[in-house]
Amino acid sequence: MIINHPLLGPRDAAEFVYLGDASLIDRPDWEDPDAAEKYYEYLYLRDNPAGLHRELWFHEQGDRSWLVVTRNTLTHEITNVELARDVAKAQGRSR
Amino acid sequence: MTDKPINAPTATLREAHGGGSATYVEQPNRLAGGLVDHGRALNFDFDGRVLQGHPGDTLASALLANGVRLVGRSFKYHRPRGIFTAGSEEPNALVELRRGAHQEPNTRATTVELFDGLEAGSQNYRGSLGFDLLAANDLFSSFLSAGFYYKTFMWPQAFWEKVYEPLIRNSAGLGRLSGEPDPDSYDKGFLHCDVLVIGAGPAGLSAALAAGRAGARVILADEDFRPGGRLNAETLEVDGMSGADWAERAVAELAAMDNVRLMTRTTVHGVFDHGIFGALERCTDHLPTSGGKPRQVLWRLYTKRAVLCAGATERPIAFGDNDRPGVMLAGAVRAYANRWAVTPGQRVAVFTNNDDGWRTAADLSARGVEVTAVVDPRNTQPRAEIPGAAIRMGDAVAGTRGRKGLKQIELASGGTIPADCLAVSGGWNPNVHLTCHQRGRPEWREDIAAFVPGKDLPVGLTVAGAANGSLSLAAALLDGETRAREAVESLGFKPAKHTPAKAEDEAVELTPFWHVKKGRARAWVDHQNDVTVKDVKLAHQEGFRAVEHLKRYTTLGMATDQGKTANVLGLAIMAECTGKSIPETGTTIFRPPYSPVPIGAFAGRSRGKDFRPFRLTPSHHWAEEQGAVFVETGAWLRAQWFPRPGETHWRQSVDREVEMTRGSVGICDVTTLGKVDIQGRDAAEFLNKVYINGFAKLAVGKTRYGLMLREDGMAMDDGTTARLGETHYVMTTTTANAGGVFRHLEFCRQCLWPDLDVHLISTTDGWAQYAVAGPNSRNLLRKIVDPEFDISNEAFPFMACAEITVCGGTPARLFRISFSGELAYEIAVPARYGDSMIRALMAAGEEFDVVPYGTEALGVMRIEKGHAAGNELTGQISAQNLGMGRMVSKKKDCIGNKLSERPEMNREDGLRMVGFRPVDRSRSLTAGAHFIPRGAVASMETDEGWMTSVAYSPELGHSIGLGFIKRGSERMGDIVRAVDLVGDSDIEVEIVSPHFVDPEGERLRV
Repeated sequence: MIINHPLLGPRDAAEFVYLGDASLIDRPDWEDPDAAEKYYEYLYLRDNPAGLHRELWFHEQGDRSWLVVTRNTLTHEITNVELARDVAKAQGRSR
Repeated sequence: MTDKPINAPTATLREAHGGGSATYVEQPNRLAGGLVDHGRALNFDFDGRVLQGHPGDTLASALLANGVRLVGRSFKYHRPRGIFTAGSEEPNALVELRRGAHQEPNTRATTVELFDGLEAGSQNYRGSLGFDLLAANDLFSSFLSAGFYYKTFMWPQAFWEKVYEPLIRNSAGLGRLSGEPDPDSYDKGFLHCDVLVIGAGPAGLSAALAAGRAGARVILADEDFRPGGRLNAETLEVDGMSGADWAERAVAELAAMDNVRLMTRTTVHGVFDHGIFGALERCTDHLPTSGGKPRQVLWRLYTKRAVLCAGATERPIAFGDNDRPGVMLAGAVRAYANRWAVTPGQRVAVFTNNDDGWRTAADLSARGVEVTAVVDPRNTQPRAEIPGAAIRMGDAVAGTRGRKGLKQIELASGGTIPADCLAVSGGWNPNVHLTCHQRGRPEWREDIAAFVPGKDLPVGLTVAGAANGSLSLAAALLDGETRAREAVESLGFKPAKHTPAKAEDEAVELTPFWHVKKGRARAWVDHQNDVTVKDVKLAHQEGFRAVEHLKRYTTLGMATDQGKTANVLGLAIMAECTGKSIPETGTTIFRPPYSPVPIGAFAGRSRGKDFRPFRLTPSHHWAEEQGAVFVETGAWLRAQWFPRPGETHWRQSVDREVEMTRGSVGICDVTTLGKVDIQGRDAAEFLNKVYINGFAKLAVGKTRYGLMLREDGMAMDDGTTARLGETHYVMTTTTANAGGVFRHLEFCRQCLWPDLDVHLISTTDGWAQYAVAGPNSRNLLRKIVDPEFDISNEAFPFMACAEITVCGGTPARLFRISFSGELAYEIAVPARYGDSMIRALMAAGEEFDVVPYGTEALGVMRIEKGHAAGNELTGQISAQNLGMGRMVSKKKDCIGNKLSERPEMNREDGLRMVGFRPVDRSRSLTAGAHFIPRGAVASMETDEGWMTSVAYSPELGHSIGLGFIKRGSERMGDIVRAVDLVGDSDIEVEIVSPHFVDPEGERLRV
């Protein structure tokens, strides 16, 4: 596979390490009254779509960016690649 | 070369070797012309017989030229088999090539390029090829039909291991491996192009010319050593010249283009995601030796577009005894005659259901070969005049005669016709294989009665020529040109203006005809796996009707040829049984590789020590000089212990290293521990989030132990982190987890808290670090550390850290931390000073009798101190289990804090890490033993925990251990049993504090 890195251009997937569903970005608030339940869902419940899947890849043999890659699990077509940091900030994550 | 005659076929190859080009042994089936160099003779050895061929020959064509028809025995019934095809689809003619460690089994004689001195042998027989003892299997064939193994070897169960398995193993497989390491080298390569053209037949050459002339970067790959494909095998003309001449001209034009790379002997074997193709180039297989060069190269081709011009494969018709040597595919017979100037027989008959088969009769007849019959099941007019041949329209071949080779054919209408070669054509199957490697499913095309590529093709790939069902030469040329033009245009190239190559559209009409129902003899479908028409019918009868079931039940298409000549025929017979059409019955799809790829090519240079290269620490060469014994830890090679003269057992060395360190001073290379440089205004807050314990209040110049959890609350890693400045920390990780922890930290930084002002750099390789431990460690360091730095206990207390200089100005970092439990330091210098540093430390320590110690002594001392390490941090162990539950801060957010609160992880009777010692101090503990109450039977129910680490403590003089046991921390003094069912030991142990040595930690602070 080839991942079109937003900063570095097309790179072979062998340079990357795969983590999993991009929902791992959405770490719940630890002070939420339902934190226990929310953490359980965050860590253990995943969708397994036959189709578009947003997932986290780490450019370990490269610039060490975490990327959110939108990949079709049926065809392996990659339709979008974003810096995970930008995605996290757009989703309201800060510090 | 000197001239030396070969007297008899029994001469050994060595005698014949060096035999001159002018010395000829008669080749009874050699014709004139063709694309072989008749002027030069090549000697080769087949089953101990010395034979001759010519440059341009394959092993198969040379064998046929010499009249060799029996070349192997079949897989299951050990039936005599001959050469069946002229290409990589060959099911029968599998031979062992070369000798000794170079021996390679199951090579297809049809693709082996002949060279002088080639040695080949037939395979799969016991006794001799002519008289195979295992041919008795054929007599019992009625018992060995499809599903035989499933039905027979079921009972009695006790027979399986002792009788059935050895029996099956003994008769399984075809060729033999040498059993020696492969002496050849293999390589991997990477290439990029705009357009990849797969196959250099008429469509491929035409496509490559169009793309090349447009200026695109082109790779043209072909499995053959001579580009041209069927152009070399046919008598059809292109642009008024012979096909072979046109191909040669096209190749010359391509070779002159800088933007075209022509790769012969290269099989594109797989299509992978996003335009990546796998290809195997056989670089030196056509030479007597590889001469030190890589024998084969596994290429990864990165392409923007690809045009598949893989041609088509002829399929047989099934009839009784259709596996007899001499029965061949019609297109192959024609190829041997036209390209290799060989007739596979002296009297050739043709059996065809299509017009193409008639060209075999016509071409052979034109070359003066006697054609005895043309049998065509179609009730139409003969397609050609074949002088002297019996023309039987509306008839079929129902059987064959001849013991180890064909002598006569039997007609369905009755009567026999003499023939020593029968050329069979059941039509042509487009080579759709690569179009299926993603999700593509081929579609049935009624007019050619064959599967063609479906619509769902791999991205960027189009198909041209016979592979796309365009079976005539004119269509192939045009198709290749058109697809290539489309490809380059879509990439923004402007196709060059030129006149496309022209050829006549030859007739390819066909009426489907799959198998001859008349006759009682077995009719073969899959020659390599010995699957007959009867087996397919049996599969149907027993309910294995889906294509995938048919395949697995009968093993149809599961041999090394992957059923290239068999699959569609098998499917057609199943369709007849079910009464459905072929597309309704199913489709055969294909996975990579197109043809076998040696494991050696996949391994490339990653063999032996290069499979997983070691990383060496800066003191490695020094340690080698000391005679150290090394051990792999993570990606590193570390000194395990340093034996001294007279020490015969590792324990002697390790005990001495521990005693000398605790007695005076020892030095250990700890460079391999992961180091992460953490800087930024929010560095402290970041550490607070990734460690369970707090780091924000750590003073500058201080170091602290930290435990890191995964989000599920299990311990991930531990280590010390030093605060070198207000916004500057240095974290250490365990050796094995260095990469994973760094990845995790970057995840936290980029994905969870993107606005924290913090940056990370892995500096593991940047610093050489040594632990200096023991009561004399400070005295030793004073001789190294530059005098302006005060390292007295008052100025530089336990857990202090500082940036200093050593040896007169060399930058260094000093940490007063201890894993051994002694007064100890870790000193780090830039890695390039690492070798000098160990030598300087050892020299300075001479007066204190300093000792280098390895990972074993390190391990002994950490067990004596009760420090958890890799044996304990298994990924299933929580902070609570480690007795560090209270360290999980409730006042701040950190990774793993929430899920650590789960009730199951906070059970009263949870596992706790404690120490163990044998009640009988003379006994040795074993790691992995499970704790069982006294008097109980060892079982899952009575299991209370397990021993993780054990060591002999030189200080205490007996074996000690660490382990996890339920309620461990409340059970000091309890006696339980440590039961090791694998090592067969069962000994009583006492639960004790894990701090065996200096439990108050007094030595650390002096």
